[in-house]
Amino acid sequence: MSGPTVVMGTRASRRAAILGLASVALLATVPAWGSAGMMRFLVEVLTLLALAQMWNLLAGYAGLVSIGQQAFIGLGAYGLFVLTDLALLPAVLPVVGVGLLGAAVSLAVSPLVFRLAGGYFAIGTWVVAEVIRLVVLNTPQVGGGTGVTVQALVAMPAAERQALTYWLALMVGIGSIVVVALIMRSRLGLALSGLRDSEVAARSLGVDIFRAKLFIFLIAGVGCAVAGAVIYMQLLRIQPNAAFGIDWTARMMFVVIIGGVGRIEGPIVGVAAFFLLQQTLAELGTLYLVILGGVAIFVTLLAPGGLWGLITSRYPVALFGIQRRLLLGPARPIEATPANPGGSP
Amino acid sequence: MEWVNAVLQGALLGGVYALLATGLSLVFGVMRIVNLAQGDLTILAAFVAVSVVQLTGLGPIEALALVVPLMMGLGYVLQRGLLDHSLGRGVLPPVLVTFGLAIVIQNLLLSIYTADTRGLNAGAIETDSIRLSPEIAIGVLPLLTLIVAVAILVGLQLLLSRTGLGRALRATSDDAQTATLMGIDDRRMFAIAMAIALGTVAVAGVFLGIRTSFGPVDGPARLIFAFEAVIIGGLGSLWGTLIGGIMLGVAQGIGNQLGPAYPVLAGHLLFLLVLAFRPQGLFARRQERQS
Amino acid sequence: MTLLAVEQVSSYYGDLQALHQVSIEVPEGETVAIIGANGAGKSTLLGMIAGLVRARSGAVTFDGRRIDNLASHERVRLGVSLVPEGRRVFPSLTVEENLLVGSHSKRRGTWDLEAVTELFPILGQLARRSAAVLSGGEQQALAIGRALMAQPRLLLLDEVSLGLAPVVVSQLYRALPRISEAGATVLLVEQNIDRALAASDRVYCLLKGRIVLAGRPQDLTRQHITSVYFGI
Repeated sequence: MSGPTVVMGTRASRRAAILGLASVALLATVPAWGSAGMMRFLVEVLTLLALAQMWNLLAGYAGLVSIGQQAFIGLGAYGLFVLTDLALLPAVLPVVGVGLLGAAVSLAVSPLVFRLAGGYFAIGTWVVAEVIRLVVLNTPQVGGGTGVTVQALVAMPAAERQALTYWLALMVGIGSIVVVALIMRSRLGLALSGLRDSEVAARSLGVDIFRAKLFIFLIAGVGCAVAGAVIYMQLLRIQPNAAFGIDWTARMMFVVIIGGVGRIEGPIVGVAAFFLLQQTLAELGTLYLVILGGVAIFVTLLAPGGLWGLITSRYPVALFGIQRRLLLGPARPIEATPANPGGSP
Repeated sequence: MEWVNAVLQGALLGGVYALLATGLSLVFGVMRIVNLAQGDLTILAAFVAVSVVQLTGLGPIEALALVVPLMMGLGYVLQRGLLDHSLGRGVLPPVLVTFGLAIVIQNLLLSIYTADTRGLNAGAIETDSIRLSPEIAIGVLPLLTLIVAVAILVGLQLLLSRTGLGRALRATSDDAQTATLMGIDDRRMFAIAMAIALGTVAVAGVFLGIRTSFGPVDGPARLIFAFEAVIIGGLGSLWGTLIGGIMLGVAQGIGNQLGPAYPVLAGHLLFLLVLAFRPQGLFARRQERQS
Repeated sequence: MTLLAVEQVSSYYGDLQALHQVSIEVPEGETVAIIGANGAGKSTLLGMIAGLVRARSGAVTFDGRRIDNLASHERVRLGVSLVPEGRRVFPSLTVEENLLVGSHSKRRGTWDLEAVTELFPILGQLARRSAAVLSGGEQQALAIGRALMAQPRLLLLDEVSLGLAPVVVSQLYRALPRISEAGATVLLVEQNIDRALAASDRVYCLLKGRIVLAGRPQDLTRQHITSVYFGI
């Protein structure tokens, strides 16, 4: 007997996996042959990819529109400074440490911000980020308003530091994709897709929505903190207003919106589009940002699936086997009687 | 005595925060949109006032006669032309669209007016004060600000409770689809609500601009104050909003006494305390935050 | 004279077809009932006439004028008012305010606060109360009164009896003749066959989105109706 079966992989997704592994392998060899400038650029790309994946996880999958993720980037930056320069930990350990810091802070603030829904949740997370910024700004031990430089990293041989930063960025960038893919393949992912369709329906299926959302918020906090630490391993100079700036979140949002909200491929396409736009329009200065905002608005209104949505509407492909598709067995009529079509429209 | 003064100054400022909060909660109440661009629209109103003052030679308070209708018109057009299209597709589109709008406005202001801070000069009224005792004096301008704010809130309250338009707005807020069965054009109501909100916010923007200098990037702070006053006061009541605004102002006044770094932080902390211990707000009439 | 003509209308919910080429006619001054089981498409049909649901094909003509491209608030201005399923009174408004909102379209006519409270005296007694605290029957009276305030030429009533005690339903139905006398044509949707037959001059029966029976109550046998009602 052949009933309906649920499949997740597609032929395209298996091909994409091979292609993906090949490009990861290629990226891994860059320190051996790439220039310093190329590595710097790739660190920017990979960390932004990680941030965008985290924001997509929050907003696209869990419906948590945070505009306060810069809190975790700043915490990652300052955590890096504290653990490297003050606690004198060797280079990789601080990055692990800021991950734990991100987890702790997201757990600590979640009872507050989770009391707010939708757009008010967004501003609530923003206020939390502002509070952390102001506290850091008024803490002379971490440089107050002028900020700090991570001296231990400055003292490192440049080539060594660059290679280390690059490796970490590669791990963070690829890791973010792997984490999102694993989450979406898990039971939690199924719960989240249900949540996106209807919170009431998901709840009636016994999904603990609060815990699912909390878990996502936690993962995103860790991801953004780690990415923040790696970003500042490259920048070295940490200033509170920049590290806790809303620009970080604006950038993540832009990448996700233009790439495709709620699709794992979205941030990848979005990052490519973002850097392409930056290369071509950056000399316009503030007008460039006006254009970015305008593009985000019009994509949201006119092409809510983003670039990836436009691509897949023409060529139905899924690069990651995380969508569940129902394959119906032969000769199985489906009763298409609606539950209540005469109900209130 | 310094402390009494600080509390008093803060309380007087509360009226402006209440106006900002009213803009936010009116739009949320009718359209279920949290307008993330409201802070930048507040700053935009102040810059429009700068230009009106330059072009006409009017004082900033007189300039309101032009700024308010302009902002109301902008609100109407924004709602009809842009924000309407983000409705009915879940939580995400309105948030993304208003955030994108915030970025557009902020950077347009930067490219038109540069990053320099500006001020609005209302003349002698800024320094006049009424002495209550040898140590305590109330500035005429802050007092006027509070009176104007309260007058606007009373006006809005009357509009909503006594007029046909107010009833139609409240009906739309309750159930927009059923409102259309009464012959109410819900989209028009949305646009009117946005116009009223931006008119209200414009008054606050200009008075804040007279009080302190401002720059194109100060919008987010204005948005956060509005939001904090809404949450502190509780949704659903204009008077709760006024108390929320005044409490926020008082917290900032007290913070200011502690040091120049603390007024904003003190306001944030009051907000977080309310959120932690009384999330429905101090004066909530009914629970509707979990939209 | 025909006040409302629905011709060959099809309507969908997503991919599901809710109405299949439905045609009905409502003569001016008559009371017409649409009966059918749960899910037959009755509410969809009323919603489509009121403008809440879009028709994918077909035409809706009111007083000789095509109205299927008008928004629901524009149809109210022409004199089409729907009392929606589930009553949907405005909970944050008082009873009186609910009624006044009904007159938003400013059409001229005989219904005002006085006439409506004379029809449903309970609404006069509860005028200052919040509509949210009313009982189901009181809310239904308010919903009907609110629709009358728009001076409808065509009043659409969706499942007036839903969830109400029979005695309350009888009270509400007793108001129908007076509504007709005041000049309104009534199109009502009802699951209760006896109520529908007693109140109407003409009956349509819907089954799975199709009209399967039409006629005057006196010409139809009970057995015939029951068989088409359940599609047996």
